[in-house]
Amino acid sequence: MTIDAIVKKINDRYGDRILKSEIKSSKRAYIDIYPKDIVDVAKYLFKELGMRFNIASAVDDFDGIEILYHFAYDASGVIVTIRVILKDKDNPHIDTITTVTKAAWWIEREIHELFGVEFDGNEDLRPLLLPDDWPKGVYPLRKNFVVPKRDSRKA
Amino acid sequence: MKAKPVIPIGPYHPLQEEPEFWKLVVDGETVVDVDVRIGYNHRGIEKISESKSFDQSIFIVERICGICSSSHPIACVQAIEDLAGIEVPERALYIRTITQELERIHSHMLWLGLAGHFLGYNTVFMWGWKYREPICDIMEMVTGNRQNYAMHKVGGVRRDIEKEHVSYILTRLDEFLKQLDILKGAVLDDPVLHTRLEGIGILTKEAAIEYSALGPTARASGYDIDVRRDHPYGVYDKVKWNVITQEKGDVFAKAVVRILEMYESARIIRQCLDRLPDGPIDSKPKEIPPGEGIGVAEAPRGEVFHYVKSDGTNSPVRHKIRAPTYMNFPTFRETVIGETVSDATIILAAIDPCYCCTERMIVVDDSNKELFRAQELVRLSQEKTARIRERFRMKQ
Repeated sequence: MTIDAIVKKINDRYGDRILKSEIKSSKRAYIDIYPKDIVDVAKYLFKELGMRFNIASAVDDFDGIEILYHFAYDASGVIVTIRVILKDKDNPHIDTITTVTKAAWWIEREIHELFGVEFDGNEDLRPLLLPDDWPKGVYPLRKNFVVPKRDSRKA
Repeated sequence: MKAKPVIPIGPYHPLQEEPEFWKLVVDGETVVDVDVRIGYNHRGIEKISESKSFDQSIFIVERICGICSSSHPIACVQAIEDLAGIEVPERALYIRTITQELERIHSHMLWLGLAGHFLGYNTVFMWGWKYREPICDIMEMVTGNRQNYAMHKVGGVRRDIEKEHVSYILTRLDEFLKQLDILKGAVLDDPVLHTRLEGIGILTKEAAIEYSALGPTARASGYDIDVRRDHPYGVYDKVKWNVITQEKGDVFAKAVVRILEMYESARIIRQCLDRLPDGPIDSKPKEIPPGEGIGVAEAPRGEVFHYVKSDGTNSPVRHKIRAPTYMNFPTFRETVIGETVSDATIILAAIDPCYCCTERMIVVDDSNKELFRAQELVRLSQEKTARIRERFRMKQ
């Protein structure tokens, strides 16, 4: 399936639930959707189209926390990125996709601790990378995070 | 409910690569649950990269892993080239492919050696690491370094392969292949190893797909994916080679995939050297426009994924990095549970994580009294091999 065919399939199925779809090159496409549709779309891509879940990337942007879900269609070397924007930066919420693929287990834990995003329905959001005594409510990959200065008196 | 004994493994190891902390819950000899705590080596490279220029971030990602110090930079420069639409001269693509395959061979040899050690085959350990030397020598000649090659840049590569180097590379490669034949025979024809490794730590194809497993871990389970073929980069679509797969998904299948892949790598390197076109090695791009790009590369352990977003300044707004072990790690839930403690070490090592910590393995029972130390767990594993070996001797 070419990239045009894949993007058309997704657009045909979801119609006006797709906010924007952009075919950037013959190998890369970006599709914007509403956060509430993520489980549905992920299920369609992973289970029905048989795409592989690459990973999700979160970005702290001006409009909110963006989460990009990257899916690879290995038969034709295409990577489709599904983008959602969580506008409420103080309390970002989205449904978990671990119900669709276990591959999302760790990355949701990671985004949870580094960006402070709550994944509703994911019961295992223990810290993955940060130490157990990391302060609550401090998210190091947010843009407003300031790396603390070292205090030379505390050796 | 009676509390089950827990085996903590880790988190620090003075010799091997990276610290992780394993918790094996056991019932007698059988592992009934497993959990892992990572992050002891978290250096915040994604955050650091946001404060570096695009040229500098390639040096940063090169230091993610000493073994994959060609794969990460390649995926990173490909993400930036995807972002900016930069063309790369053909000669540079050939050189990138050559360094990728040299890296794969040396990494697989390392794994084979360590796996041998865990099983009590210290000869395999010695051979594996010794026979890896010609590959490191070639790497030094091509890139100037045995590790951390500083070879790749946006738009091309930094160093060229000189004409007089080609014959040296081919000679050393032949030398390596002769030794690999011996090693292959020693591993694949050994009845003891067959008995020891077949049927343990099975990852089914369904589970591999469910967890989106990558690289040799996926291919050994019959999940036929390889970034080099599926998302071609470098010149992988211009040379002839095969994707190696196995069906069984056990530890033995993973070893077979890695051993046979080294032959394919040598084949690719030969063809690349044969056809190396003349021309520039760098397209010298000047500016990175705003936008986003994705780069993937097949590292020895599977797909490396880089996502880069730029706002038109000279450093990335966001740089997401996903290494293959990140996806392969959670498959332990499928492979270790139900196996015995003496098999756990080799199963945990079979995905070739940047693995570690066996030195600190401790078995603890309910009262938190130590039962076994790490060395004893390795010993358990080695003794099981010895028992099987003995059984074969009796038969003869």
